[in-house]
Amino acid sequence: MSDIADRVKKIVVEHLSVEEDKVIENASFIDDLGADSLDTVELVMAFEEEFGIEIPDDAAETIQTFGDAVKFITEAS
Amino acid sequence: MRRVVVTGLGMVSPLACGVEETWKRLLAGQSGAGPITRFDASNVLTNYACEIPLGDGSNGTFNPDDWMAPKDRRKVDDFILYGMAAAEQAVRDAGWMPEDAQSRERTGVMIGSGIGGLSSIAETAVLIKERGPRRVSPFFIPGALINLISGQVSIRFGFKGPNHAVVTACSTGAHAIGDAARLIQWDDADVMVAGGAESPISEIGIAGFNACKALSTKRGDDPTRASRPYDADRDGFVMGEGAGVVVLEEYEHAKARGARIYAEILGYGLSGDAYHITAPSEDGEGGERSMRAALKRAGLAPGDVDYINAHGTSTMADTIELGAVERLMGNAAAKATMSSTKSSIGHLLGAAGAVEAIFSILAIRDQVAPPTINLDNPDVEPKLNLAAHEAQPREISVALSNSFGFGGTNASLVLGKV
Repeated sequence: MSDIADRVKKIVVEHLSVEEDKVIENASFIDDLGADSLDTVELVMAFEEEFGIEIPDDAAETIQTFGDAVKFITEAS
Repeated sequence: MRRVVVTGLGMVSPLACGVEETWKRLLAGQSGAGPITRFDASNVLTNYACEIPLGDGSNGTFNPDDWMAPKDRRKVDDFILYGMAAAEQAVRDAGWMPEDAQSRERTGVMIGSGIGGLSSIAETAVLIKERGPRRVSPFFIPGALINLISGQVSIRFGFKGPNHAVVTACSTGAHAIGDAARLIQWDDADVMVAGGAESPISEIGIAGFNACKALSTKRGDDPTRASRPYDADRDGFVMGEGAGVVVLEEYEHAKARGARIYAEILGYGLSGDAYHITAPSEDGEGGERSMRAALKRAGLAPGDVDYINAHGTSTMADTIELGAVERLMGNAAAKATMSSTKSSIGHLLGAAGAVEAIFSILAIRDQVAPPTINLDNPDVEPKLNLAAHEAQPREISVALSNSFGFGGTNASLVLGKV
């Protein structure tokens, strides 16, 4: 797994208090990992912080799964 | 009018986490004061306070993990954490965790706070200044709002009745219990989870109350001696933190389910000073009217009161309240006992009234008046027994608990044996 994926996974595990093996490619933050809409806002902020990027609101809305996040961040950084 | 009784108690205090452990230490005359550890207090005038003892949960320490998961705790200010802990204790103590829809709809929550998420607000303001508004957490607002204790408690237990929060500075806890009792009396609910919580021990909290000249500043060498209500050498209150929550219940409802009944809410009185933003009216007439109103509601005479838990903050206002109580009691003053438990736990602001109502209830249960510690040299010769230094066993059928707040707001609760 890429360095980016590892770092994203670490953030997701910490913020949502979920088991690491649950954080898979297609895992939806809301449907599978127990996040609510405010949690997803905070997750996106944590990604921005970790990777020094800016994720505009309309892009943030497309980040629904762990895989979405890794893909977006890989392209953005 | 429907009768309201107390069937559950919960508390997080500077003496301990838990009602019984706090009560034991209070009766033993212990102090919860010590040097401030919550933040670097080297730049503020007062570097001591009454902090909740943190630990692994054993021996009366408070372990945050026992009350909220780390994931959820991160999203709330400490006053909500304390309120949740006290509420969970009270609900469990009452044995009231109904699963059916009707019982849940008839159970409400009214837990207030004097200031709410003060440190979250301060930290977020600094964050905005240093890093801009985009870094503000989505949990900042719901983690700082005062009524979010009531909201969080309702979510945890599924209580769908009236959901409300009181904000009356240092009388919040007493007003919350009194107002919640009225909701039961008026048949808006059968059970109410009521009280107050506060977490003011932060740089902004201490600096703010220092600026009002309200805090003790001279006892850095021995903080346990700093909170000394009625003593000639008092120099202000000692900041405390924590929460007190009770479960109030309609009498027949409590009886029908065989609940343990601690005491009855016999009376509740309120008044306003209309005098000054921080000082009580000079003769304490506002406090006196609040006590009279509570006794009138209870259908009792001043002479019926055995024990008074005073507001007694260890400021100049102590003797004003004392004078008002002495006027109220008249010739009966000599046979009543009054103490200020703030001498042990400091001033818990919005939580004070709830914590002190619980002490008053326990005084009735155990027939003992908790002490006013550090009262070495009374400022004025009191007509009442102020229970200096040591707890005093005595007959207590009726207790009165006073709470007065900035803005000239006063609340008095009359509690009685059932």
